[in-house]
Amino acid sequence: MIVRTPVFLLIWLGICALVFAASIGLNNDYIFFAGYVVLQYVVLSTAWNILGGYCGYVNFGSAAFFALGAYSSVAIYRLVTENDLYGIPIPVLMLIGGVVSGVVGFGMGYLTLRLRGAFFAIATLALAVVLQTLVVNWDYVGGSRGAYIIRPEQIAPIGNYIRYLFLIMMLLAVAAITIARLIEHSRLGYGFASIRDDELAAEASGVPTLRLKLVATTISGALMGMAGAPFPYYIGYLQPSSTFGLDYAVNSIAMPLIGGTTGWVGPLIGALLLGSLQQIATVTISSAVNLLIVGCLLVFFVIIAPNGIVGLIHTYLQRKPEDFVGRRPVETEIPGQVP
Amino acid sequence: MVFSFDLLINAVISGILIGGFYAAVTSGVSLSFGILDIVNIAHPAFIILGSYLAYVANATLGVDPILASIVLLPTFYVLGAGIYQVYYVSFEKRGQESLRGLAFFFGLLFITEVTLVLYFGVDYRYVEASYIGPSWHFAALDLPLRILVPCLVSLVLIAALQIFLTRTFLGRAVMAVAQDQLALRLMAVDPIKIKRIAFGISIATASLAGAFLIIIQPVEPSVGREYIGRIFAICVLGGMGSLPGTVIAAMLLGIVESLTSTFYGPSWAPAVSFGFLLLTLAVRPAGLLGR
Repeated sequence: MIVRTPVFLLIWLGICALVFAASIGLNNDYIFFAGYVVLQYVVLSTAWNILGGYCGYVNFGSAAFFALGAYSSVAIYRLVTENDLYGIPIPVLMLIGGVVSGVVGFGMGYLTLRLRGAFFAIATLALAVVLQTLVVNWDYVGGSRGAYIIRPEQIAPIGNYIRYLFLIMMLLAVAAITIARLIEHSRLGYGFASIRDDELAAEASGVPTLRLKLVATTISGALMGMAGAPFPYYIGYLQPSSTFGLDYAVNSIAMPLIGGTTGWVGPLIGALLLGSLQQIATVTISSAVNLLIVGCLLVFFVIIAPNGIVGLIHTYLQRKPEDFVGRRPVETEIPGQVP
Repeated sequence: MVFSFDLLINAVISGILIGGFYAAVTSGVSLSFGILDIVNIAHPAFIILGSYLAYVANATLGVDPILASIVLLPTFYVLGAGIYQVYYVSFEKRGQESLRGLAFFFGLLFITEVTLVLYFGVDYRYVEASYIGPSWHFAALDLPLRILVPCLVSLVLIAALQIFLTRTFLGRAVMAVAQDQLALRLMAVDPIKIKRIAFGISIATASLAGAFLIIIQPVEPSVGREYIGRIFAICVLGGMGSLPGTVIAAMLLGIVESLTSTFYGPSWAPAVSFGFLLLTLAVRPAGLLGR
């Protein structure tokens, strides 16, 4: 049964309305603070999965794209406050952040995606370091001292500003999931899957692999940038070392891999599960320990359950009686991998 | 800043010395990524681990850090061989190394770093040895011993590796496994065993490189991240898997970085390696001495 996209979107908007109403009903602002972070991870891991899960190209630079969005907001904020202009609404900031990150993603992809996949991964890893260097040296956005952003206390129809940020992030998460699902069931998605399964064969059958990969990096980068754009307003004080921190990179990889990379459900499950777990662990244990937990879970899952939680559920539902007799598939070794 | 010839010469010399150290840092990755095609992005984490072990040996027993790291070589070798075994069984055998294998190494990098943070904290650590501090002077030239000693030892290490790879049976088998695994199997050699040995050696170099690192600069757990870009830039620029190429590329990067930090300020130096990496990938992906 395939739900049509508008229906799918409506269902999610309904769920969002319920969650938002319930959160307001609880009348505790901490829920919005914690929920914002979890939702931010939903966007990041869904975005990562568009390139990583669908195309099979690993991006270690999620933090860089995220920070690009955040710092473009800071730059605009400085520009606006210095010139006494009206405040720019956050959705516009998100669009700008998305465009900036998307362009950088496109450029990175153009330079490295013509080569083997590993080069792209390494380049993204280095990108984070270099962008951090640029930001540290760029005094306009605060340099290494960091930048303060004073967010308004209230906003007209919703009231408390954190609720507004929460709502926006929730809508972005819904948009990200819808985009991911739309890609999955389109020509684009089948093209991505062919790249993931056998790039050489795909290229030989006339799939424009480079163009598709560039589309994937651009969409994925843009979504990460959009997730980063409201972040300065959330955190209030933006600092390079924490914005470019490894925890964004590791989380946005760990969440899809733990949830399952084949569809939009995996990153969602991974992010909700791991994100909430981290929020609880940060409060109850310590933030360093919870990162250790994420790292160990990541290694554990890639070794033991290659298809993540979704894969585990799938094999559980699809197991047949003969699986219990002790028959095993014949293991074949691949002698030489085609690079 | 006023341009001066002395400054230029000193910057170039210190770049060459630092380059020698970079070569030692990269040699392990040249072996694993260049020859075995294993994208071990966790290598910097093992280098930091090496630094901390050298620090512990130096702080508690007063042992020379380089000596301590040489004693630790077998331990790192066993660690590397073990990691390769896990990697082979879980990823290479199933043909999943491109996505999950990378994530595996990323996880290792992360776990090592966080564990070090939890155990040692984020304070900078340093070692003490007789050659840290003094430097030799020739006319206007400064040769700080704390960089000269690691540079010389690392050149010895690379020469030894090169002789191993080109002159011994095992070394030639390692080169062969990179070219054709099936052919090696037909010659009755187990390619997995050869790869395990080679990966063990590649991680073992991290022990020495770690000792060099903590001699040259104070170390805290996240320092390794700065080296990821450098290591892979050097490895790609030198031509994958070519040790002489690695040395040349390392010195080139060292010189350019040193010139950048002398004339523009040290905070710009990390961007240099990335520029190198992108330029190489865009212009000549085979590297300087590529096959």
